[in-house]
Amino acid sequence: MISEHIPALQVVVPLLAAPICFMILNNRMAWLFATLVSWLSFAMAIMLVMEVKDGTVLRYEFGGWAPPWGIEYSVDILNAYVLLIVSGIAAVVFPYSWKSIQKEIPESHYRIYFTAMLLCLAGLLGMTITGDAFNLFVLLEISSLSSYTLISLGRDRRALTASFQYLIMGTIGATFILIGIGLLYALTGTLNMADLAVRIPPLEGSRTLEAAFAFLIVGFGLKLAMFPLHLWLPNAYAFAPSAVSAFIGSTATKVAIYALLRFLFTIFGTKFSFDYMQVHWLLMPLAVVSIMFASIVAVFQDGIKRLLAYSSVAQIGYMLLGISLVNVTGLTGTLLHLFNHALMKGGLFLTLGAVAYQIGNTRVKSVAGLGQAMPFTMGAFVVGALSLIGVPLTVGFISKWYLILATLEKGYWPLTVLILISSLIAVVYTWRIIETAYFQDRPADAPPVSEAPLSLLIPAWTLIAANLYFGINSSLSTELASSAATMLFGGNL
Amino acid sequence: MMSSLVLPPGLILILGGLLLPWLAPRFRAAVAIGFPLLTLIMVWMVTPEHSMTLSFLEYELDILHLSSEGRVFATVFAMMAGIGALYALKHARTLELSAAFVYAGSAVGVTFCGDLISLFVFWEIMAIGSTLVLWANSPANKRAYGASMRYLLVHLLGGVVLMIGIAAHVAATGSIEFTAMKADSFGTILILIGFLINAGAPPFSAWIADAYPEASPSGTVFLSAFTTKTAVFALLMGFPGETILIYVGLYMVFYGIIYALLENDMRRILAYSIVNQVGFMVVAIGIGSELALNGATAHAFAHIIYKGLLLMSAGSVLLMTGKRKCTDLGGLFQSMPVTAVNGIIGALAISAVPLTSGFVTKSLETSAAAEAGMPWVWFMLVAASAGVFLHAGIKFPWFVFFQKDSGLRPPDPPWNMRLAMTIMSALCILIGVVPSIIYGILPYALDYEPYTVDHVVTQMQLLLFAGFAFFAMLALMKRTLTISLDFDWFYRKLMFGFIVWIKEHSPKFIGPAILGIKAFGQRRFDHLEEVHGPQGILARTWPSASMVLWVAVLLAAAMILHFFTV
Repeated sequence: MISEHIPALQVVVPLLAAPICFMILNNRMAWLFATLVSWLSFAMAIMLVMEVKDGTVLRYEFGGWAPPWGIEYSVDILNAYVLLIVSGIAAVVFPYSWKSIQKEIPESHYRIYFTAMLLCLAGLLGMTITGDAFNLFVLLEISSLSSYTLISLGRDRRALTASFQYLIMGTIGATFILIGIGLLYALTGTLNMADLAVRIPPLEGSRTLEAAFAFLIVGFGLKLAMFPLHLWLPNAYAFAPSAVSAFIGSTATKVAIYALLRFLFTIFGTKFSFDYMQVHWLLMPLAVVSIMFASIVAVFQDGIKRLLAYSSVAQIGYMLLGISLVNVTGLTGTLLHLFNHALMKGGLFLTLGAVAYQIGNTRVKSVAGLGQAMPFTMGAFVVGALSLIGVPLTVGFISKWYLILATLEKGYWPLTVLILISSLIAVVYTWRIIETAYFQDRPADAPPVSEAPLSLLIPAWTLIAANLYFGINSSLSTELASSAATMLFGGNL
Repeated sequence: MMSSLVLPPGLILILGGLLLPWLAPRFRAAVAIGFPLLTLIMVWMVTPEHSMTLSFLEYELDILHLSSEGRVFATVFAMMAGIGALYALKHARTLELSAAFVYAGSAVGVTFCGDLISLFVFWEIMAIGSTLVLWANSPANKRAYGASMRYLLVHLLGGVVLMIGIAAHVAATGSIEFTAMKADSFGTILILIGFLINAGAPPFSAWIADAYPEASPSGTVFLSAFTTKTAVFALLMGFPGETILIYVGLYMVFYGIIYALLENDMRRILAYSIVNQVGFMVVAIGIGSELALNGATAHAFAHIIYKGLLLMSAGSVLLMTGKRKCTDLGGLFQSMPVTAVNGIIGALAISAVPLTSGFVTKSLETSAAAEAGMPWVWFMLVAASAGVFLHAGIKFPWFVFFQKDSGLRPPDPPWNMRLAMTIMSALCILIGVVPSIIYGILPYALDYEPYTVDHVVTQMQLLLFAGFAFFAMLALMKRTLTISLDFDWFYRKLMFGFIVWIKEHSPKFIGPAILGIKAFGQRRFDHLEEVHGPQGILARTWPSASMVLWVAVLLAAAMILHFFTV
C-alpha cells in the first residue's frame, strides 16, 4: 500500500518535483506544480502526525536494506511535529510566492526560484525525518545550498554578499557537523541514529567522543544562529526576497534546533550531554545574552525585515534557554516556540511582503500612514506583533508561559524576569512600527497606496489567524510538544 | 429552554464593541444601548449551576463562575456601559465607544472568572481597551497621547507583575483557581501587588490623576468606572482580611483628599477623589469582616454611579465651555441648570448626605471598622468623610457652578447627556431612599438600618462642620491656580526639576557642570545607539573571519566545559 511509503514520499516527492519543476517552461504552471507539491507534503505530514500521535514510531528502510547498514527513516512524535511545521509553512508560502516574486525577482528566474524552494523544502523535510546521521548531513547541504541560491535572488545587490557570507558560514557549520559525524563513525562504526544511541553511552570519557560532541554543537549552533554565531542571519533575512525570508526564517533555524535536540537527547543522551558535558552551561549564558542583546539591537534597526531578523535571534535565544533548563517543561516551551515562532515570524514576514509589494521597500519610515491605506495588511502586522510580544490569546503567550513555568520550576527567578523584560523590549520595537504606521501621516509627496492584493493577504492572514487559533485552542501544539519533550527525556527513539 | 442560552456576559459586551465600527451610524444607538442591556439581563440569568469551561494548555478555565460579589460588580459595570454609551452617543469617536465596550466587557469578564489565567487575560484586554479609550482623545487633546503611553506603561508593568505572580502561584500550588489567598508567598505577594497597581495604591497612585482627565468627556466616565473597581473586586475575592490593605487603603484615602484639595482642574479633582474612595473600599477589604466586605461591595456599586455622574457633569461643562480649570469657571448654574442640579446630586451622594446612595453604603464601612474594634481606623475614616465633603462635595460644585461669575453662558449639553445624567441622579437617590435594593444583592446577609437618628445626626453634624470650615477658609481654598506635585513627580520630574533648581539658585560656575551632565546623558544614549544601532558593534555586518574566530572560541568552550564542573 502507498500509505506505508509515506515516510519516504514525504522527502522523495518534493525532491523529484524539483527537477520536474525546472523543466516546466511555463512560469505559472511551474508555480502551480510547486504549490501542489507543497500541499501534498503538508497532507503527508498531517497523515504522519496522525499515525505517530499515540507514541508509535514508524520506521522505513530504504531499498530493503535493514538498518544499521541501510538508510532508515524513522518518524516519532518529535520529527512528525517538526515536519508539520515545515510543510505547513511551505503550504502557505508557496501559493503566496507567485504574486510576491513578481516585483522582487526577474521573470527569467521564476523557475529557478520554485526549483530551489522545492529543493530547500525537500532538504529540510529530509533532515527532519531521517534516522541516519550522514543522511542528515547530505540533506542539510541540499537545503543549505538551495537557500543560498534563494537568498541571492533578492533584488538588492547586498543580497549577493549576504548570501555569500551565509555560504561561507554555513559551509563551516556543515563541515563541523561532518567532522562530528565522522568522529562518531570512527568511534562506533555506525551512522544509524538508533544504533549510535546504543553504542555511545559505554564510550563516556573518550576524548574523541567529546570532540565529536563539541563539533556538532558548534556546527548546529551556526546553522541555528546561536549567539554569537548569528552574524550571517540578519543580512540573509533582510535582503532575501520576502517569501524566502518568510520560508527560511520560520523553518530553517527550527530544523537546525530539531537536529541539535536529536543529537543532544537521542544520540548522545541526556546523561552525556548534560551531566557529563554540561552543555547547558554553555547554552544558557548564550541564550541570555542573545535574548537581551538581540532585542535591544532590534529596537535600533531602520529596516523592518532586519528588525525582525534580530528579533528572531532573540527568539532562538528563548528556544535555547528552554533546552538549557534541562526539564520537561522547559523543553516543552522550546518545542512550542518552534511551532509558535514559525507561525508569528512567518505571518509577519508575509505581511511585510505585502507591504514591499505595494510600496517597494520595508523601511520603518516608509510605512508611515499605512494604517489607513492598507488596513488589512497592517492589521495582520499588529496581531503578529502582539503574538511576538506574547499577549494572551496569541501563540506567543503559550510558549512564554511554559518557559516561565520552567524557570520557576528550577527556581531561576532572574531568568523569569529576563523573559518578561525582553517581552517589554519587544513591545518597544514593534510599537515603533505600529506607531509609524498608524500615528504618522503618509508624506504628502508619496504616491497613493492601496491595499495589497488578496493573493498576498490570504496567505498572510492564514498564518496570522493560526496565531490566534493556536493561542486560544492550543491543545494540538501543546499535546504534541509535551509528549515529544517527555519522550526526549525518556530517551527512547 | 432559555437557561441553556447563557453566555459569559462579558463576551456579549466585547462582541458589541467589536461590532460597532462596522455598523452604519443609524444602528449605532441601538447597539450602544442594546448590548449593555443584553449583558445586564445575562448577568442575572446566570445561576450557580451554569458553567462554561475552556481547556487552555493543561488547565480548565472557568469563565462563567457566578459569585454574589461578581454579580453586583457585573451589574453596575453593565449599567455604566449602557448609560455611559448614552452619554457618549453624539460626541464620542467610534473608536472610543468600541474600545470602551471591549474594556467594559472584559471588566465584566473578570467578575465571572473562576480562575487566575482567564482573569489575567481579561485584565490585559482591559488594559488595552482602556488605553485605546484614552488614546482616542488624542486628536482633540494633545496631552492625551503622552498620557495614554504613560498609562499603558503602568498597566503593562502591573500586568507583568501579575503574570509572574500567577505563574509562581501556579508553579507552587498547581492550582489556577481564583479564590481567597494569603499574601505569604512570592506568587501571592506579586498577585496582590499586581491588583493594587490597578487599584491606584501607592506608589502608583498617580496614574489615575495623570491619565483620566486627559480623556474625552465620555472617555473619563468610562475610565473611572472599570479599572480601579475591577481591582477592588479582585482584592475582595482574592485577599479579604489582608491586614496590610488597611494601611494601604488609609494612605489612599488621605492621599486622594490632600491632592484633590490642592488641585485646580475639575476632572483631576474628581480623579483624585477616585483614589480616595477606592481607599475606603480597600480599608474595608483589609478589615475583612462580613459587614466590611458588604460595605466595600455596596460602596463600589454606589461609587461607580455617583462618580460617573460627577464626571458626566464635569464633562458636560468641559464640552460646552472648553475650559477645565476651576479658576476659569464659575456661575454656570444660570445657563446650565440641568448639569448643575445633577452635579450637585452627585456631590451630595459622594459626601454621604442622608437620602443618597453614599450615605447608605459608606456607613457600612465605618460601622465595620467600629465593630471590628479598630477605633483609630474608624476615627480616620470618619475624619476622611469630612474631607470628602470638602473636596468633592463642595469644592467641585461651588467653584464650577457658583462662586464668581465667570461670564460664560453655555447652554446645557444635548439631550442624550442630560438624560444620562438624570438617570444616574435618579439611581443615586433611589438607592439612598430604598437601600434594600442594594442590601438585597450583597454577598452576605445584612441586617443593617442606616436611618437611625444617631447615624443621621452624626453625619449631618460632620457635614455641617465641614461645610462651615470650607466657607470659613474660602480665601485659602480659592488660591488654587496651582499645579500640585504628586508622587509621579519623583519619577517624572525630580531629575529635571533638580537641574533647573540648581541652575536658578546657584552661581554661574555650576552651569557648565549641568551642561556636562547633559552631555554625559547624551553620550550614554549615543553610546547605546553606537553599540546597538544599525552600524553598532553588535549589529553591523561583521567580516566572516571574525565569525570564524567565534566558532573557534565556542568549540573550545564546548570541549573544556566539563572540566570545570564536576
